[in-house]
Amino acid sequence: MDILTVNNVTKSYSNHLALSDVSLSIPGQSIFGLLGPNGAGKTTLIRIINQIINADKGTIEINGERLNPNHIEIIGYLPEERGLYKKMQVGEHLLYFARLKGLNRKDAIKEIRYWFQKLDIPDWLNKKVEDLSKGMQQKVQFVGTVLHNPKLIILDEPFSGFDPINANIIKDEILELREKGSTIIFSTHRMESVEELCDHIALINKAHKILDGPKKEIKNNYRSKTFVVNHVGDIGDLDGHYELLGTTALEDGLQETKVRIKDETGSNLLLEYLIGQTKVVGFNELIPSVNDIFIQTVKEGSHE
Amino acid sequence: MSKILLILQREYISRVKKRSFLLTTLLTPLLFGGIYAMAIYFAVKDSDEEYKIKVVDESGYVADRIEDRGAAKFEVVSLPADSVKEGVEKGESFGLLYVPQLDLDKPEGIKLYTMSTPGLQLEDDVDDAMEAALERAKMDRIGISQATLDSLRTRVSIKSVSLSGKAATSGNSAIAGAVGTFSGILIYMFMLIYGAQVMRGVMQEKTSKIVEILVSSVKPFQLMMGKILGVALVGLTQFTLWVVLTSALLSIAPIMFGVDAHTASEAANHMSMAGAAGGNAQAVEAIGKINEVIGQINLPLIIGSFMYYFLTGYLFYAALFAMVGSAVDSESDTQQLMLPIMMPIIASFMMLGAVLKDPGGDLAFWLSMIPFSSPIIMMIRIPFDVPAWQLILSMALMVVGFLGTTWMAGRVYRIGILMHGAKVNYKVIFKWLMSKQ
Repeated sequence: MDILTVNNVTKSYSNHLALSDVSLSIPGQSIFGLLGPNGAGKTTLIRIINQIINADKGTIEINGERLNPNHIEIIGYLPEERGLYKKMQVGEHLLYFARLKGLNRKDAIKEIRYWFQKLDIPDWLNKKVEDLSKGMQQKVQFVGTVLHNPKLIILDEPFSGFDPINANIIKDEILELREKGSTIIFSTHRMESVEELCDHIALINKAHKILDGPKKEIKNNYRSKTFVVNHVGDIGDLDGHYELLGTTALEDGLQETKVRIKDETGSNLLLEYLIGQTKVVGFNELIPSVNDIFIQTVKEGSHE
Repeated sequence: MSKILLILQREYISRVKKRSFLLTTLLTPLLFGGIYAMAIYFAVKDSDEEYKIKVVDESGYVADRIEDRGAAKFEVVSLPADSVKEGVEKGESFGLLYVPQLDLDKPEGIKLYTMSTPGLQLEDDVDDAMEAALERAKMDRIGISQATLDSLRTRVSIKSVSLSGKAATSGNSAIAGAVGTFSGILIYMFMLIYGAQVMRGVMQEKTSKIVEILVSSVKPFQLMMGKILGVALVGLTQFTLWVVLTSALLSIAPIMFGVDAHTASEAANHMSMAGAAGGNAQAVEAIGKINEVIGQINLPLIIGSFMYYFLTGYLFYAALFAMVGSAVDSESDTQQLMLPIMMPIIASFMMLGAVLKDPGGDLAFWLSMIPFSSPIIMMIRIPFDVPAWQLILSMALMVVGFLGTTWMAGRVYRIGILMHGAKVNYKVIFKWLMSKQ
């Protein structure tokens, strides 16, 4: 069951097109990576989902229902540009956020306590926001986003400002939230976290969706039957089934060579063939990273 | 609605808890109280001080007839003027009043020699004492005794009753003008100070980037209204506290100076009569007159309309201030955008004098209808009796006005708060205003 479907959404500002006929469907209980270069239209799409702005054309459905003000309470949104009231106490501040999302005072306090225990920061409650470091403030903002147990969590560059340790803590929380049934939309440039966390990805470039699907499928589609071989001693010339893409020398006489299979020949045959040519130490298929796919597709887009 | 309430609550509490709020709320009445207390203090102190003035009379009219008046205490001496002058220089007495040979019908050449310049009040006192002495000399010349004069003196107090409700005695219009000006200035200050607070609040939410989190939970319009209403409540709280604290202080101030309330109020009355000859009977009469005039002013109407224009005027301008706050990225950008908003406020403040001169004239009428100036101008006019239809029309236009500015500000606000780095001028704002959501 898809928790969110975006149907042919178009949005333009006075001087440029921000989204053009974008459709997406985001399955429930998944982590969905919304990727794209700066200015591609990601934030516009996120703002439309959050009902901060309206689409010119197209519709959005949450759990099969047209987007309406009641949905605000089931969405948790952490914008890229985020801040807190500097003079407020952390506890007070989170209480304010939670109540704006429709929680009553008692439940809100309960949730705040729960999250502060969980993140091991109970003594922050009475501190003023301005006394927290930037990373600490980010943590508070994350708690503010998930306090009301949203079914749909939208995180725009959630890891910016976190050190690796805290980034890992937040990563674990994101995974746990999915286990508990939430869906996370995750907009970022940091491909390694997409690689690690996302089940599905969509790529938006210049207002158009250019790629969308389960991460595995997409990566499969971008496989090019290329293999990385580590070997000692030269490979020499290859026969007509294979193409040698390049060799680099590693330490201790070790070399790394990329080989592509040109026809339907299987990888076992390639390996057997290579063993005949040289001493093979390692043999792996070259699977494109999301980063490679990102760069490749965006580049293709800009050449058009 | 409940979300507006939540925002209002936060705005109110966070502002009222600020140290600066506490300070200005407490210090302003202290300042008022302090000024008042000092005025009383000096008034009382002055009346205790005596100025010894030696009188050298060569005319023969004054010596037997001059009497002490106010702070001036006279001592007639039969010494040559020069030696008395020396005495003044040595500080034996405050001054020398020299009366030369003179013609009673044309008294000339009377001089007061002092080391330090005498105050205005003292000069008046000496003048009065001198005049009284010479008058008595004239009375003696034509053979009228004091008793005869007293029996001739007749006192009448005419009470003016206005049939049209438009009393135009000079005392009345002076007090009406004072009441109108005071309430006009208060509204002016309230609109400026709290309008600017709204603007700064909106701008801070925008620059601290908190606003995007907020508008994912509430509508931008709710956010704006919550802030405007919250600040309004802060203003009302502060104003109420000022009134309460100031009046409390004013009743305490005299006691602090060890003066009993009676003397203090008498001193105050002296001051308010500004130089009028003292005397209890006259003071009582003056107070009666003031009370009478105040009685003629429709106080409930003034207070009621004050509250009304206070709020609607604030709402009218606060929306515009919020609009500017949402459009800019930093305080320095506000300057040029503020100008068109400040201008009508300042202009209506400057029109104050012209309106006071002719509160029923065309200028006053039109300025009190246009919502940009009506809160200040109408408050000035009300003590002078404004026809009911004008008041009702002006109040209705005020509602139309603030609904209009709020609608306009709401449209600009929803776009402005999410717009960073744009170069904003009124052309851009107009484009935002006209753009679809």
